[in-house]
Amino acid sequence: MLAKRVIPCLDINAGRVVKGVKFEDLRDAGDPVEVARRYDAQGADELVFLDITASSDDRPTLFKTVEAVASAIFIPLTVGGGVRTCADVRALLSAGADKVSINTSAVLRPDFVTEASDRYGVQCIVVAIDAKRVSKKGQPPRWEIFTHGGRKATGLDAIEWSALMVAKGAGELLVTSMDRDGTKSGYDNELLRAITDAVPVPVIASGGVGTLEHLEQGLSLGGADAVLAASIFHSGQHTVGEAKQYLTRHGVTVRSPAPLAFTI
Amino acid sequence: MEKIGVIDYGMGNLHSLGKALERVAGNQRIVISYDPEELIACDRLVLPGVGGVKAAMNELRRLELNQMVVEASRKRPLLGICLGMQVLLDRSEENGGVPALGLIPGDVIRFADPPRDAVERLKVPHMGWNRVRQTRPHAVWAGVPEDSWFYFVHSYHAAPVHAEHVLGSSEYTKVFAAAVARDNIVGFQFHPEKSQSVGLRLLGNFAHWNGESR
Repeated sequence: MLAKRVIPCLDINAGRVVKGVKFEDLRDAGDPVEVARRYDAQGADELVFLDITASSDDRPTLFKTVEAVASAIFIPLTVGGGVRTCADVRALLSAGADKVSINTSAVLRPDFVTEASDRYGVQCIVVAIDAKRVSKKGQPPRWEIFTHGGRKATGLDAIEWSALMVAKGAGELLVTSMDRDGTKSGYDNELLRAITDAVPVPVIASGGVGTLEHLEQGLSLGGADAVLAASIFHSGQHTVGEAKQYLTRHGVTVRSPAPLAFTI
Repeated sequence: MEKIGVIDYGMGNLHSLGKALERVAGNQRIVISYDPEELIACDRLVLPGVGGVKAAMNELRRLELNQMVVEASRKRPLLGICLGMQVLLDRSEENGGVPALGLIPGDVIRFADPPRDAVERLKVPHMGWNRVRQTRPHAVWAGVPEDSWFYFVHSYHAAPVHAEHVLGSSEYTKVFAAAVARDNIVGFQFHPEKSQSVGLRLLGNFAHWNGESR
């Protein structure tokens, strides 16, 4: 039986892991290889790296980081942030990324998703869905796609957009609730459920995790295939191992910590 | 110095596989190449691959690697991974039906799309970690615990004609062949290079395997 995945997300700025609130007050949180190794040892099923470097001059630094991490750990690695062209996709895959996450560029030009997945395979194209609830209380729920860190509305309906992205060739969706991101109040499980019911590809839940219970809810209520979290792991509040123990106790199938079959 | 050849025919990036092999291969050299002569001179061969089967077979033919693989498979350990395993069979139903290398009798078939009203909708591709049951003993399983978790990404799977060619099985909508073997050939549907320490163990076993099937 396929396991539900637990995925720590790392923000990368100029070759370092950083943490901050909503891209502000960035503080250094370590060397990407060391942090990746730590989560790998804790039993992370996959890692997501988001490049939040403002300047595109720093792309070579990102490629070096991806290469160093991909040489050190042997679990899937997704890299996102500033992916605009097929050349960007190729550069990240050649550096060792297994999947590339596309966000704003998909909104600007949906056919980019098709071009990238035709060329490199649907299995390595993740589309990031950043959605905000736009319906008022009492109305049927409706979400819209936002870009630029949640500041810019696009008018696109999040559920329709998700289905379109899959039709265009997305192999997986990374669904972030912009309302919940950074709030520690849990995923927007209604949003997740609406999307997981609408698309046939795996969905990663993101945005709002504050407790282990939130992870479980993203899987059960939201119907997600994988749960992504940042601060509960980075702050040391919980290890990935604790998250998996919690999920196991609540009847979720997760990959058990790897036996020491080979010392990495 | 012994060499492990990785067949580079443009189907997917070989960074992780190369790094993983370097980690487990002892003092063997890893040769990543599309030159048939350089590859046939290697002691062991790995045929990786992601993407579509039609493009894969076209590229193997264009680079004159298909005959090399068939020839190499008679003499030395050969490992197919993911799409590289699927092309070891007779034929794949992907891309409207494509004849493959025919080293292991059987077809490659698609997971059935889930019915819309299913209680638990299983998604295609089968993407993520799943357990692999070892259906028969083999040198590559040495030190790999039964029912270990491996990382999969695929929509099609091998269906060997003969049960003895199934080396390991996994379950997703049904029980399917997650690993195949025949004589000095082995194939994994999952990605050992992405399957953490058990994956490295398995790759290391292949890297030191002499090709005897027991």
